[in-house]
Amino acid sequence: MPDTLAQPMRFGSSSGQPVTRRDGIAKVTGDADYAADHSPSGMLHAVYAPAAIARGRVTAMNTVAAEAHPGVVRVITPANRPALQGDPADKSVMFTFRIEVLQDDTVRYAGQPVALVLAETLEAATEGARLLDPQYAVEVPRVTLADAESEPVAGQGFGQPADTTHGDVDAGHAAAARSVDVTYTTAAQYHNAMEPHAIVAQWEGDHLSLDVPTQAFALSCAGYARYFGIPAENVTIRCPYLGGGFGSKAIPAGPLVLAVLAARDVGRPVKLALTRKQMFGPVGHRGATEQRLRIGADGEGRLSVIDHDNVAETSTFDDFVEPAANASQGLYAAGALRSRHRAVRLDVGTPGPMRAPGEASGSAALECAMDELAEASGIDPLEFRLRNYAETEPGTGRPYSSKALRDCYLQGAERFGWSGRPSAPGTMRDASGLLTGWGMGTALFPAPMFAAQARATLKADGTALVETSAADMGQGAWTALAQIAADSLGLPLDAVEFRAGHSSLPDGGVAGGSGHTATAGGALHAAGLDVVRQLGEIAAADPESPLHGAGNAQFVARDGRLFVEGDEGRSDALADILVRAGGAPLTGTGRGARAPEAAAAHAMYSHGAVFAEVKVDPDLGQIRVSRLVGAFAAGRIINPKLAESQLFGGMIWGVSFALHEEAKFDRRTGRIMNADFAGYHVPVNADVPGLEVIMVHEDDPHVNPLGVKGVGEIGIVGTVGAIGNAIRHATGRRVRRFPIRIEGMLG
Amino acid sequence: MKSFDFVQPRTVAEALAAWGPGAVWLGGGTSLIDLMKLGVAQPDVVIDLGRVAGMRSVDVQGDGAVRIGALVSNADLTRDAAFAARFPMVAEALLSGASGQLRNAATVAGNLMQHTRCAYFQDAGAACNRRDPGAGCDAQGGVGGGVAVLGASPACIAVNPSDFCVPLAALDAVVEVQGPEGGREIAMADFHLLPGDTPDRVTALAPGELIVALRLPAGADGFAGHSRYLKVRDRTSFAFATASAAAGLRMEHGRIAEARLALGAVAAKPWRVAEAEAVLIGQTPDADLFDRAATIAMAGAEPGDDLAWKIDLARKTAVRALCLAAAGTPARMPALPASVFAEPAGEKVHA
Amino acid sequence: MPLSMTLTLNGAARDVVLDDPRVTLLDLLRERLDLTGTKKGCDRGQCGACTVLVNGRRVNSCLTLAATLDGAEVTTIEGLGTAAALHPVQAAFIEHDGFQCGYCTPGQIMSAAGLISEGLDAEDPERIREGMSGNICRCGAYHGITLAVQEAARRMAADGQEDAA
Repeated sequence: MPDTLAQPMRFGSSSGQPVTRRDGIAKVTGDADYAADHSPSGMLHAVYAPAAIARGRVTAMNTVAAEAHPGVVRVITPANRPALQGDPADKSVMFTFRIEVLQDDTVRYAGQPVALVLAETLEAATEGARLLDPQYAVEVPRVTLADAESEPVAGQGFGQPADTTHGDVDAGHAAAARSVDVTYTTAAQYHNAMEPHAIVAQWEGDHLSLDVPTQAFALSCAGYARYFGIPAENVTIRCPYLGGGFGSKAIPAGPLVLAVLAARDVGRPVKLALTRKQMFGPVGHRGATEQRLRIGADGEGRLSVIDHDNVAETSTFDDFVEPAANASQGLYAAGALRSRHRAVRLDVGTPGPMRAPGEASGSAALECAMDELAEASGIDPLEFRLRNYAETEPGTGRPYSSKALRDCYLQGAERFGWSGRPSAPGTMRDASGLLTGWGMGTALFPAPMFAAQARATLKADGTALVETSAADMGQGAWTALAQIAADSLGLPLDAVEFRAGHSSLPDGGVAGGSGHTATAGGALHAAGLDVVRQLGEIAAADPESPLHGAGNAQFVARDGRLFVEGDEGRSDALADILVRAGGAPLTGTGRGARAPEAAAAHAMYSHGAVFAEVKVDPDLGQIRVSRLVGAFAAGRIINPKLAESQLFGGMIWGVSFALHEEAKFDRRTGRIMNADFAGYHVPVNADVPGLEVIMVHEDDPHVNPLGVKGVGEIGIVGTVGAIGNAIRHATGRRVRRFPIRIEGMLG
Repeated sequence: MKSFDFVQPRTVAEALAAWGPGAVWLGGGTSLIDLMKLGVAQPDVVIDLGRVAGMRSVDVQGDGAVRIGALVSNADLTRDAAFAARFPMVAEALLSGASGQLRNAATVAGNLMQHTRCAYFQDAGAACNRRDPGAGCDAQGGVGGGVAVLGASPACIAVNPSDFCVPLAALDAVVEVQGPEGGREIAMADFHLLPGDTPDRVTALAPGELIVALRLPAGADGFAGHSRYLKVRDRTSFAFATASAAAGLRMEHGRIAEARLALGAVAAKPWRVAEAEAVLIGQTPDADLFDRAATIAMAGAEPGDDLAWKIDLARKTAVRALCLAAAGTPARMPALPASVFAEPAGEKVHA
Repeated sequence: MPLSMTLTLNGAARDVVLDDPRVTLLDLLRERLDLTGTKKGCDRGQCGACTVLVNGRRVNSCLTLAATLDGAEVTTIEGLGTAAALHPVQAAFIEHDGFQCGYCTPGQIMSAAGLISEGLDAEDPERIREGMSGNICRCGAYHGITLAVQEAARRMAADGQEDAA
């Protein structure tokens, strides 16, 4: 049965339960193995030398000194690099970017690998790389949006075309009784998963075996296969756990490909792990943006136009542009909508998708601009958003598959105490005399599905094995997907063994876009139903089964038994059916995807409302987010405990975006001068004292058979704007540059 | 990391004998090992002081002075309840610095010896006179507000990152050293050097000299009842100061009998100005008075490219620290030490 | 010249011959002793992922030269508890979902164990947040971490009282 057909909504015994993580014990005891934990015998350590300039050429390297360092086995430079079968510029595998793998001596960004050193120990490889001391012919680098002219986009982030228009934008501007024309800037941010990218590569003939974090097994296998001229099935990837991905670990990155190349060259296994500093360059980032928002409303506070221009960086050798202006197009019921994107080519590593690409940056600007217009209109920010509530998707007029945003607003406001908010800024102080401010923002994130496959095998002992190459980067796939699988088979969770994290398993698709649970879960669900259908056929044909003769019926599995739907009186134990049929395991397969016609019929988004309280020292300007309440509607929640954690995490990313993250480029050299955790701040525990999440009930019969949307990214969206707005409310200062820091509060 | 020889002397004498050009002292390692990984420090010999006996105790001396062994960890000093009660702003400053893990490893002498966190000093590819005399200073015209507004020179605009050193300077601590020529004492005020034309000379230690102890002089505990450290930073915790101040008052009959004020993160050394303290003597505590003192303390500050805000912030930080000190030392260390977000002080110490 | 040393590693004496004094405790554990539970997140003392206990105290193993540790007691995540007998901090982390990707988790747990032994006031979540701020969690599991440390500290205090009684 195609899984795209609507199934009856069914909340099984596992789904909806706050089950603790099935991988919990492995993770708290140190047993959970990440890529760099592997050290096959005979392995060499690889360390690459990063470029210290952003633009120019490498003119010399001291390979003699590096090779002379005790323990160094080989130094690979563009001059002696072994051949790669694939083109580093090849982009035929989805989501792939052009990579730097020592194909020439050109430096395109600071931190680009310029040589690779292999040694018997990590210490020797590290020192060997340092001893190379590259010399350069330097050209003037371009590293900020002001350093080059903007140009039309050649590609874009994933999603809509670069420019979209709905309605008459000029008329919308003309009709506005009040309007704001404001420009917000957001800083370049780097993913910085706690686990730096790492790989352990082993060749056996033309078979390649990898321990490497990946958010997409099949795509990664295809990518490595292409670079090395071998069939994708010759590539094995083990990745039971990723130490965070956030969009940066979907496909092979240049340094990882280099390690594989080196392993083939020396005929020994090779391990390469990026340093923290090396995480700022070749593995993607969220590009800086400069966003101009011109929005207007009529005398009643109804939006006549949202006109959103985004200028964002891209690299000189690829085309990804942060699709920030998309974020304003699906949310509010404006009479006219326009999004436009332009790119600035800089001497930086290619930006890429980073947790809530487009939406995070775009929402930051949009939600602040909305508050600016609400304030200009003399309307409470929440009331202003309610007045502009979109009952159908703005622009297209498509119905939403579901949209409980109004409930999010109301439940969030109630929990937060929004009704007590004084409208004038700068009027609230706490007992310590700290300026206190309240702000809010709306959250919106698409509910995409990719494609995945799964296999479910029921055994005669009443247990099942379910398999898909799903990637768990912390979202909880090991648990939530097993819950879905258990329900699809009508088995208790304990009776289901879930295998994932290996490329030999059915393709689990991409852990990204907040669509993994829906997609891989959809595949598992379909696989379970396939088993149930086959089992029904066996039972119906089995004279000894109470279900004998029910051949045309629909079967459902529950509590380890098979029922004829609508007839509770007839059932048979799953195990018994199999035993009577000879005891051989029964395997079903399933696919998770969304049919194009289903995708076109409805607008599909998760929604939310985030309320923020900030404290600002009135004299010293230090800022703390003292409270965040996020109310989110994201369809069916498979595991509320894990979903809550995802939403907390996203909201903390919102704090990080609003107050902390910024790569600081030295414009003379093009180097990032704060490429470490002491300089590139992300929140620490003391930065997020008060978090609350409300999961608003939402049934969605259209989004997919499970009714699942996604919660991985939406927590950031809305939070950034809510914090910016709360700072305005606390201090009277409207800061249009993110991150907002002490210096922005002074003077 | 460059290869090095590793030696573990058992006594101060052995340690001193082991020293030669290219050697470094290893204490807790939290600063040195980091710089060695960065290629900023490239010693030929690492002399591990961890086995040297006799430098791990905190002792009250006959005259009431307190002597802290050089290898006492930052954490142990804060956990010494008697010490924290007598010198609360020292404990508060220590607890506002780094992390629990780093404080466990880092030694008090190492805290004094830690290098600037200037990004250009830490970047072996950048020009830095402090690291490589005569190379130039890429920090000028570079990124980041973590540079000096006081006491800088054309050669170097780096700041000292230590929290601990700020109250030590305020309390006239003394550094006891041993060297090839014997022992001597260096006043905290003279220990860290302003860059001038020789920014590579960071401290007054001569080559081969070793810190063996710090001493807080008799009478330095007279400020215990009105003593605070305040640290403004870009994260609630685990961040270097954007501006900080240590303030101590000795009160008699409602008036300030003696005052101490030192500022952090504004210069290559803790910044202490005698005139700023003098203006407070004999006065009753008052925000305007404190503002006058703080303004004197910041006299001569240079805003550089765009640091007027930092001068303003440092002055206001000093004012607030003085106000907090005047209000009295909290009976218990705040949950967020030295933070502007520490809960309003409840019960006070009355020294 | 190789350095011979003896460690008490997770309760057992272990002779180690160190061929290179540059080796940090972190790299000794991970690359030479096959104890990979301890993680490398920054290698510079800025993230806490490598936290272990040395002589009962939490430290960043990435900034500790292994050569300095002759005679020391080192406890890593592998020595704290087992799957069958979890340490209270480990159990509380699972219960309160104090992690997501799990990569910073061994360091968080060792840091929490060290913090509690420092005499943490478990009734004050603000003191826990401050005390755990040397451990960065990029996934943002701080809410659960704080609850987990609070509960573990309470439980351990109660167990300690029972033991004393």
